[in-house]
Amino acid sequence: MHWLGRPFQERSTQRFLGILIVALAVVTVLNLALPAGHPLHVSTYTVTLLGKYLSYALLAVAVDLVWGYLGILSLGHGAFFALGGYAMGMYLMRQIGDRGVYGHPVLPDFMVFLNWDSLPWYWQGFDMAWFAFAMVLLAPGVLALVFGFLAFRSRVTGVYLSIITQALTFALMLAFFRNEMGFGGNNGLTDFKELLGFNLRSDVTRVGLFIASGVALALGYIVCRAIVGSKLGRVCIASRDAEARTRFLGYRVERVQLFVFVVSAMLAGVAGALYVPQVGIINPSEFSPLFSIEIVVWVALGGRATLYGAVIGAILVNYAKTVFTGVMPEAWLFALGGLFVLVTVLLPKGIAGLLAWRFKRSESSGPGHGDLTAGEATT
Amino acid sequence: MNILKELANRDRVFDFLAPADSPVDVRHGPILYMENVTVSFDGFKAIDNLNLTIDDGELRCIIGPNGAGKTTMMDIITGKTRPDAGQVWFGTRHDLLTMKEPEIAHLGIGRKFQKPTVFEALTVFENLELAMSVDKRVIPTLTARLNGEMRDRIDEVLVMTGLVAQRHQLAGILSHGQKQWLEIGMLIMQRPRLLLVDEPVAGMTEQEMERTAELLTGLAGKQSVVVVEHDMGFVRSIARKVTVLHQGSVLAEGSMDQVQSDPRVIEVYLGESEEAA
Repeated sequence: MHWLGRPFQERSTQRFLGILIVALAVVTVLNLALPAGHPLHVSTYTVTLLGKYLSYALLAVAVDLVWGYLGILSLGHGAFFALGGYAMGMYLMRQIGDRGVYGHPVLPDFMVFLNWDSLPWYWQGFDMAWFAFAMVLLAPGVLALVFGFLAFRSRVTGVYLSIITQALTFALMLAFFRNEMGFGGNNGLTDFKELLGFNLRSDVTRVGLFIASGVALALGYIVCRAIVGSKLGRVCIASRDAEARTRFLGYRVERVQLFVFVVSAMLAGVAGALYVPQVGIINPSEFSPLFSIEIVVWVALGGRATLYGAVIGAILVNYAKTVFTGVMPEAWLFALGGLFVLVTVLLPKGIAGLLAWRFKRSESSGPGHGDLTAGEATT
Repeated sequence: MNILKELANRDRVFDFLAPADSPVDVRHGPILYMENVTVSFDGFKAIDNLNLTIDDGELRCIIGPNGAGKTTMMDIITGKTRPDAGQVWFGTRHDLLTMKEPEIAHLGIGRKFQKPTVFEALTVFENLELAMSVDKRVIPTLTARLNGEMRDRIDEVLVMTGLVAQRHQLAGILSHGQKQWLEIGMLIMQRPRLLLVDEPVAGMTEQEMERTAELLTGLAGKQSVVVVEHDMGFVRSIARKVTVLHQGSVLAEGSMDQVQSDPRVIEVYLGESEEAA
């Protein structure tokens, strides 16, 4: 497992993990230890908001893994995120038990409302946490496996692949909108009560979810760094830049793509599963093509092929979105578009590119740039 | 009974169990043998009754005017093009006409195309690392680790190609000549038995050409090398044996001096290019 330990020796990963741990600790302490009236107190509302940003950050890391290193522009990662979210949502629905509005011992409210008399087969098992958590990984993973197998085997790449991923998430959105699907139709799943026995409305649970999101982001980041820092990561970059040449060297490029795509989809699923209990709802809007495009904008703004750039992009854009939609909601989309244009023109390598440039001036070896990692030094 | 005893002897490694160093059998003759090969595209005979043999460890230059069939010949050897008639053997055991491109590549025929393609976002060292002949499936690649032997192998090729100082540079910032050497180095990493090199010095400076000549002559003996080249000065500097192709078949073969004094060769090729040069 030496390849999993390798990221810990990289300075950029150490720096990233350090900042993340400090941020998690500071926010937790400022929320729990200080009284509500204190000027430095961080409200539980803010903690949950930050937890949401962290789950978005993990999603952005997943997209950067396939886009930055493999050159596959997925415009459908929202689908994997939403599937993970639905798996978590189904578990949370089953946890409600007979405390729903209609008080049915097994069926969720929306099923009672639709006059269903028994649980559909695909809802079986979601009352068990281990099963639901396994599904958080498996549902997006299997979809990515089947979709990726067909797409990469036929050597569909570039714009065509982007369009197909977009169609995939759009088709899923339409399907999940239908009441007959048994996922709550356009209302989705909501009114959650408990997660693993913890009351979702309590402050401590919310801080716990925030920390869990941070830990998941750290683990996901380490897994991605381990992949891109390995020889497989170099094969990814090679196939991104010269696919035919990589094949000619004897690598099965379509299998490399499939492997990384599935890992990325599973990370997106985990992000969705952490997102749902924090926002309290999952509905088909997470499948909307627009959301998937927004994720790509976060990564582009933060800087491709760095991983930490995706984290920065996701947090900054979503913070800006929170502020903007509060102050002048109608201007948000213009601001996002304007920001995207500005960064593309002025900072083609995103915010991370700016950071790398700054660091490089102060020290000789800059932070682990995706395309600058010295393979020999890290192996 | 004797056979049973032999089989029970656990120290013994049977011939058929011993890992073959290379499956190519060159004990009884040349490493590459082409006989009466003919290919036509829409009636035009690109290769016409071509006979060519390359000995193990030989460095051979192939020259000829445009359209003489040099590239088509390489396509046939690597399995990209199938001839209409004739035989192509690699060693005495492998009939290349029955094999597919990846199999032929795996068997040990490496080809360098005219235009250098290296992985520009990776360092020189990493380029060579990726080219190394090891298990290339996904999981072994993920957990791959360089051992001392592999490092030595990469270092050896770095020395051979004269890229030691550039080992940690990105391949994208190498000069044109350095990229060509790196690509030859990537081929060497795969330990081919036969190297096909297409116009290695196109666009190179005089000094780069000299280095390339050293590199290729240094390879001969360990590997068989076939160089297709237009530049006569370069060919003269490396070739021990030259084959002149013309209209898809061999016009002349021999040392550079022999070939140059052949009136037919002067007529179709050398005369003009000597004047041009």
